[in-house]
Amino acid sequence: MRAVIAEDSVLLRVGLVKVLEMGGFQVATEAGDGEALLAAVAEHRPELALVDVRMPPGFTDEGVRAAVEIRRRWPGTAVVLLSQYVEERYAAELLSTNTGGVGYLLKQRVADVAEFVAAVRRVAEGGTALDPQVVSQLLLRRDLDLDPLKRLTPRERDVLGVMAEGRSNAGIAQALVVSESAVAKHINNIFAKLDLPTADADHRRVLAVLRFLAASGT
Amino acid sequence: MISPGLRRSVLRTRRDAGFLAAGVLPHLGLIPVWSWGVATTARTGNWPLALPTSVAVILLGVPVLTAVQRARHRALLGVVLPRPTPAPEQQRSWAAAARWLRAPRTWGQLGYHLLLGPVLAVSELLVLMALPVGLAGATCSAWAWELPVEVREEWFGDTTQLPCYTLGGLVLLCAIPWAAGAAARGESRAAMALLGPSSAQQLRERVDELDQSRTGLIEAVDAERRRIERDLHDGTQQRLVSLAVNLGLAMATQPDLPAGAREALAGAHLEAKQAIEELNDLVRGLHPAVLEDRGLDAALSGLAARAPLPVRLRVDLEQRAAPAVESVAYFVVSEALTNVTKHARATRAEVTVRRVGKVLRVNITDDGLGGADACAGTGLSGLAKRVGSIDGTLQVSSPIGGPTTVTAELPCER
Repeated sequence: MRAVIAEDSVLLRVGLVKVLEMGGFQVATEAGDGEALLAAVAEHRPELALVDVRMPPGFTDEGVRAAVEIRRRWPGTAVVLLSQYVEERYAAELLSTNTGGVGYLLKQRVADVAEFVAAVRRVAEGGTALDPQVVSQLLLRRDLDLDPLKRLTPRERDVLGVMAEGRSNAGIAQALVVSESAVAKHINNIFAKLDLPTADADHRRVLAVLRFLAASGT
Repeated sequence: MISPGLRRSVLRTRRDAGFLAAGVLPHLGLIPVWSWGVATTARTGNWPLALPTSVAVILLGVPVLTAVQRARHRALLGVVLPRPTPAPEQQRSWAAAARWLRAPRTWGQLGYHLLLGPVLAVSELLVLMALPVGLAGATCSAWAWELPVEVREEWFGDTTQLPCYTLGGLVLLCAIPWAAGAAARGESRAAMALLGPSSAQQLRERVDELDQSRTGLIEAVDAERRRIERDLHDGTQQRLVSLAVNLGLAMATQPDLPAGAREALAGAHLEAKQAIEELNDLVRGLHPAVLEDRGLDAALSGLAARAPLPVRLRVDLEQRAAPAVESVAYFVVSEALTNVTKHARATRAEVTVRRVGKVLRVNITDDGLGGADACAGTGLSGLAKRVGSIDGTLQVSSPIGGPTTVTAELPCER
């Protein structure tokens, strides 16, 4: 799979290239700012764009804007945002249209190479990868508001949290150290409590995550 | 051999006398004009010509003479008379002239030159005359005998009076330094009071000046904070991340390393990741980019989300406040939430930010133990100082048993 990288720090860019190549990606090109990234995506039409949030010239949210633009123009391109800090607002913006094929991870997660590669691969294949930090923050906030999430048991909330990171049932089972059948049971309970229609199971997963994110105060 | 004290005294007297001598002409400068105007009017009754002319000459002469006095004080006495605030625009127009006429300073200057000037000129002449008169008196016992008898008797009468004149002359000579000094000091004080700005105006100017310099300082500190944040973010943090990534890569790509090397690698990897976390927390407090970019609402929701307890956040702002105000508001919430987590043992907190008139009101409430003291904790007093730097106020209500409410009111328009 082909990828483009937008990251202004040369040092980190070199590391990212190595990590992606190790994960079986083929890095088509590298960009140092938002404009160059859009041009690169237009030219190479990669399956994945790995984007730093803060880039020249303004060093604020260039990456987020470029990512939203990429998703708008080329919806098939998966985008993973990398950031030093997790900003809910950026995550919500990125996820507002579609939770498939997007990821938002802290930069330091790249250091856990295998996990990072797995997360990126998941996104490239149309899944989601949210940093556990974003997820835990959103879970904390959820306690306050009157919403159906309140009906969930703590265990079900754990499951939803890991699901929001974008993991599969097997992944959830592994993360929470429970059996896959237990996970399936919890997920069914979640769908029931959130009043999600019994349609396509994968679709409901996205809806549950969306429901989970929608109330995040955007 | 002259003693240094005497030498200083002579020099000072010379300076004062020079200053007084230079004052006589400018102080009398308006008298001829004024008396010409009055006399012509009195003599011919032709006031429509003489009065306006003399008034005009006087009005034109006042600024010139004021400038002369300013130069005289600075050059001869080393006293700088502060200038009254110049009018905002310097163009010559009737409105500007009318404003100049209405200003209290103008009347002070008129009074100085027209009324006080002649009095000062007389006192200057008296002090200056004292030297020749004193010299003549002090030495008269010596030269009086050379005069023809008639003249001597006419001037001194009985020659027994000569010692009295000599004594008087000596006393006069001794009094000259004191008199000259007093006259010079008195003059510069009067000039300061009438030609310079009033003390209220001086105070106002000083306050404006301090206000401006403080605003500049706050902006400079803010810019510095942003610069440090950027430097760390683009430099140190990236290097650390890159280090951690390389260590991670090394571990992933070299599975068959000896156990010791593997362990060292894993340790370094962990250390690097922890260092990144620590640095993130530190840098985050300086000035988050999201604040600059998306404003208080977004930046505070990041803060609220990161807090280890549930925080309900309400930000009700129609437009963004000035960067300095936003920065302080962010800092207040950040510090208050840190305090809540560290000390309050609260289960939840609530943050509201509202614009009330010209004030941005930031409110942080928790359901914790209470008992926070704005005077005791360095955190809260630092907060109060930071809020005070933009003329804001900080109130802390924290009865024992809770709840604690911290309210900061930050002025948005100055």
